Amino acid sequence: MAAETELELEIKKKLTDQLEPTHIELKDISGGCGKSFEVLIVSEKFKDKPLLERHRLVNGILSEEIKLLHAFSQKTYTPEQWHKMNN
Amino acid sequence: DSKYFEKLVKDKKVVLFMKGNPSAPMCGFSRLVVQILHMHGVDGYDHHDVLQDVDFKEKFKEWSEWPTFPQLYLNGELVGGADIVLQLHQNGELVEELEKIGHCSALLDK
Repeated sequence: MAAETELELEIKKKLTDQLEPTHIELKDISGGCGKSFEVLIVSEKFKDKPLLERHRLVNGILSEEIKLLHAFSQKTYTPEQWHKMNN
Repeated sequence: DSKYFEKLVKDKKVVLFMKGNPSAPMCGFSRLVVQILHMHGVDGYDHHDVLQDVDFKEKFKEWSEWPTFPQLYLNGELVGGADIVLQLHQNGELVEELEKIGHCSALLDK
């Protein structure tokens, strides 16, 4: 697998710093250009927030990065939801 | 601009801002939302092709405070992009959202 790009590292760092996720996966779905990502974030900070608000939170954290991307897809779960899905 | 955008999202109960149009979506995310709406029997909704006008696209993103397309509006309220619409579809909440605007989902007939 190719080394993580600067953009990838930056996205991961920002999300990790601000959402303190218990689990985070960032997937390059661009097929080469490195400008499309899919992110899966499990964080306590999503608790009691409807989907739209969770996505707004992530969009806000990555406002600079999203401008550079062609596609950005996100899945947001609380640790509780994540636990239920995986058991 | 903001008055114009407000009018656009409230013009019909279902309004979709997308890349391309429902019969020829120009992006997989836009296609996904079109297909989900179709499954629920939602047809004849308002749609706007943001690829037709870069200026409109940028200003609308700013106004809606949502950085990507598609953007689905029900009763003038932003529901979200493709990820959210898909998740609402999968967990059954989209049926409820459509009920709120008086649309009985086609998926309920089966």
